[in-house]
Amino acid sequence: MFDVIIRRASLRFGNHCVFTDLNLTLKGGQWTCLLGGSGVGKTSLLRLIAALPAGETTGEVVCQDGFSVHHRIAWMAQQDLLLPWFSVLDNITLGQRLRRNLTDVFTRRPLLSAEVQEQAMSILEKVGLSAKADVLPQHLSGGQRQRVALARTLMENRPLVLMDEPFGALDAITRLNLQDLACELLQNRTVLLITHDPLEALRLGHEVYHLRGHPARLTDAITPPGKTPRTLDNNGLMALQGKLLDRLRHESFDEQSGEP
Amino acid sequence: MKDSVKPFVVLVGLLVLWHTLVMAFDMPSYILPGPLAVANSMVDNASLLWEHTLVTLSEMLLGLLLGVLLGIILALVLVYFTALRPWLLPPLLITQAIPVFALAPILMLWFGYGLTSKVVMTILVIFFPVATCCYDGLRHTHQGWLDMAQTMGGNRLAILRHIRWPAALPALASGLRVAVVVAPIGAVVGEWVGSSAGLGYLMLQANARLWTDQMFAALTVLAFCSVTLYYTTDRVLRRLIPWQPETSQE
Repeated sequence: MFDVIIRRASLRFGNHCVFTDLNLTLKGGQWTCLLGGSGVGKTSLLRLIAALPAGETTGEVVCQDGFSVHHRIAWMAQQDLLLPWFSVLDNITLGQRLRRNLTDVFTRRPLLSAEVQEQAMSILEKVGLSAKADVLPQHLSGGQRQRVALARTLMENRPLVLMDEPFGALDAITRLNLQDLACELLQNRTVLLITHDPLEALRLGHEVYHLRGHPARLTDAITPPGKTPRTLDNNGLMALQGKLLDRLRHESFDEQSGEP
Repeated sequence: MKDSVKPFVVLVGLLVLWHTLVMAFDMPSYILPGPLAVANSMVDNASLLWEHTLVTLSEMLLGLLLGVLLGIILALVLVYFTALRPWLLPPLLITQAIPVFALAPILMLWFGYGLTSKVVMTILVIFFPVATCCYDGLRHTHQGWLDMAQTMGGNRLAILRHIRWPAALPALASGLRVAVVVAPIGAVVGEWVGSSAGLGYLMLQANARLWTDQMFAALTVLAFCSVTLYYTTDRVLRRLIPWQPETSQE
């Protein structure tokens, strides 16, 4: 699996420089977690990698194998982004629909080939929602909806997965379960997970970075020991969490008192 | 009391009030005929009313169909051809700033006394609310959906079909509800200015001869058509677009 290298990324909004000259390497087949307070530019960095509009950004994103990251990305946001007019099955096969071009429509190629349909059902089974394939999203709970979003991400089958606080809106138990599920299903993919929850970063990340300051810089990577998803009975992990929480708290305190 | 019964109770109440007013003040029938006289006139002139109702209804429905179509096309053009927007908006606003009443005689001159001029009038009052609502709906697609579609590598047409269009439907539905309500105005005003058939024409004729009961009969039929059209549209829209915010809250 190839690494993804981000070089000299910078972001400004008018005269305000959010970050500049940021370098980050996402190790192939591993989870990289990015921690940071709000407004530090985490989401913008993610958007920059995905080539989505975000302020005035510069920088280059390349894959180790020399190809562009374009069309190698799956996107998972904090909101589940399910379309309310599509059933669960239609939602997770949205990519197939959106990539259908006019010739496919005119030649009446079936919307979902048997193969795709089968794949979709097997993914739904993995996230434990095979019974809900024909249900509209409005009849699902928050956790179920986010599992559908995860299924849609898997369905895209891209090597690089960008996640923007995907479990942020869930309750603690659901969040832990979904973290385990995502960790299991997205194994061997290159994942960049943005979160403000140190525990989540420490449970899932092979490497954990902290984006902080004005302009924001990346701290050295923390490499928590053990296999992911790490369990909660690990004392070392808890100590690290405490340290990170402390750092995040001071950071927001500094912000409030107006110091850089 | 059930919600579906309430409008009928109001209706009966109004009829009773109307009847008492006529009795109490001993109104001459050429000023205000009572509900019974109007009902009588409706029965006596049933075939006449039916004939003219068909004319007005076809004007309204044809105008609605074409007006809605024009409104939607206009909204799509405004959204997808941004360069055209500053050119298109002023003439559009002008068509709305001039009252249709003022335009009606010219339209008669151009399109004749028949169906066409009334349909054009109806289109004129309808396309604008439809276009603005649809345009608003298309412009305010949830950014997250569009971002996701972009990372998925979707093509523009597919994004319109599967995301932007369905997302705009609740807004378009509001426009349609307005359109259905104002459609009779276009048709009837057209008939007043110049026509040889239709409920508006019938009302004008009856009015000139002081057949006030017949005029009220025509008015009642018109009101009935409008209300039925509105409720049917509302029902169908709710059924077709279950993701509208106001229906999902129920």
